[in-house]
Amino acid sequence: MSDAARAAEIAARDSYGRLLAYLAARTRDIGLAEDALSHAFAKALSDWPISGVPDRPDAWLLTVARNAVTDRQRHLTRFHEDTEVPDMPVPEMADALPDKRLALLMVCAHPAIARDLHTPLMLQTVLGVEARVIARLFMVSPAALTKRLGRAKAKVKAAGIPFTLPGPEDLPTRAAAIREAIYGAHGLDWVDPGDGLGDEALYLADLLARLLPEDAEAAGLAALIAFGHARARARVVDGVLVPTDAQDVGLWDEQLQFYADRQLTRAFALGDVGRFQIEAAIQQVHMLRKDTGVTDWNALNQLYHGLIQISPSVGAQVAQAVVTARLHGAAAGLSALAEIERQCGTEVQPLWAARADMLSELDDAVTACVAYDRAIALATEAPVIAFLNAQRAKIIARI
Amino acid sequence: MRYTFLLYTDPADLAHMGPEDWAEQQQAYGAYIGALKEAGVFVDTDWLQPVTTATTLTAKDGTQVVQDGPFAETKERLGGYFVIDVPDLDAAMEWAWKSPSAKTSKVEIRASAMEG
Repeated sequence: MSDAARAAEIAARDSYGRLLAYLAARTRDIGLAEDALSHAFAKALSDWPISGVPDRPDAWLLTVARNAVTDRQRHLTRFHEDTEVPDMPVPEMADALPDKRLALLMVCAHPAIARDLHTPLMLQTVLGVEARVIARLFMVSPAALTKRLGRAKAKVKAAGIPFTLPGPEDLPTRAAAIREAIYGAHGLDWVDPGDGLGDEALYLADLLARLLPEDAEAAGLAALIAFGHARARARVVDGVLVPTDAQDVGLWDEQLQFYADRQLTRAFALGDVGRFQIEAAIQQVHMLRKDTGVTDWNALNQLYHGLIQISPSVGAQVAQAVVTARLHGAAAGLSALAEIERQCGTEVQPLWAARADMLSELDDAVTACVAYDRAIALATEAPVIAFLNAQRAKIIARI
Repeated sequence: MRYTFLLYTDPADLAHMGPEDWAEQQQAYGAYIGALKEAGVFVDTDWLQPVTTATTLTAKDGTQVVQDGPFAETKERLGGYFVIDVPDLDAAMEWAWKSPSAKTSKVEIRASAMEG
């Protein structure tokens, strides 16, 4: 790759979201801003190898994109020849470009946009991830997703969804919608980071934490995602899932763990505890094993108790049952699982995986085997299935 | 008496219309509005953005629920309309939440297509 092409790529990564947010906010038209920006990047790739990389790549890209916007608006205004073309002065310095990414995030997660499009819209507009890549991650047809994203952008323009920040009354719910969408991107690569959106979710969470420095849950989310990432290399070894308390701590990323610790400390200092902070704190306790050599199950028990109070979910309940088994024995864990099954039904994959493990510990090999079969049948991710198969093989050897 | 006309269109009929067809339609509606004004019976009219850009909200069950898309027909029927002029959808939604109809049924919001 030539220096010019590399410069274009670096400019792309660093600037895409910032430039797109700026152009979209000025025109209120995401589709138009995207077209203009991709035109500018294409022109950079063809011009820069010949004319050299400009001193301020961002400003250069913005000028070209702005001109493309102007051209297109003149061309489009068939019935309104007198419509004023928005005035978009090129800032003196690219750094001085007002950061409209928070406004863009607000638009992507606007209540008038279908919830399942929030995450794809963010990935596409703030990070420039291509629709076909997003479609693969969400396991939907690329054509259908492209069409829906196009419609959503058309709606932003036609319905007048504003690129402004909501008032203090609405800010908490709007920020919560953004956090949920980022968390959605994070969930996609939890088991298999090779294919996915790990870095993008972390990037977005870090961005939101910086754009909303007073939002404790934004910092908590950044911490949560960073803790997860710090263990990415330890989580799946040779295609097999490794449970957190069995992971090789030498494979954990110290820098990311440090970043996450700092974000969580900052979050707690803001004095507004929420679900993401507690989930991050759970991760933090797990990762303290690196220093202490043991897992503090008592601390985990308290944190899961708090999490279930604030944000009840089957996943958290099963996790607390696992902690109960560690603290009070497998029999206590099994009766906690039975209670969850009574409340939430029997088609819960983690419940069967936890039950199989507890039954194995009690040497109830035959029942454990049946539980492993259920857990495997309900599992969808290959590393999880590989792990459960290995555990099942161990217990069969004991029969 | 004040009467409200609700104009129903099948989007499929509009799909294959070209710029000339639109210009022709605009002229026809322009002439109709002119005739109504001349007769002194005209109050207000609007041309709406496509139904795909609709936002529907309700607070009927006590919590605010926003839906991306038009009002899905159930047993409710269109019973009236308001035309308001505000800067953006957030402002329009704020007013929609305050309307009595949001508390008892649903409000579908569609932007005007008459402004540039």
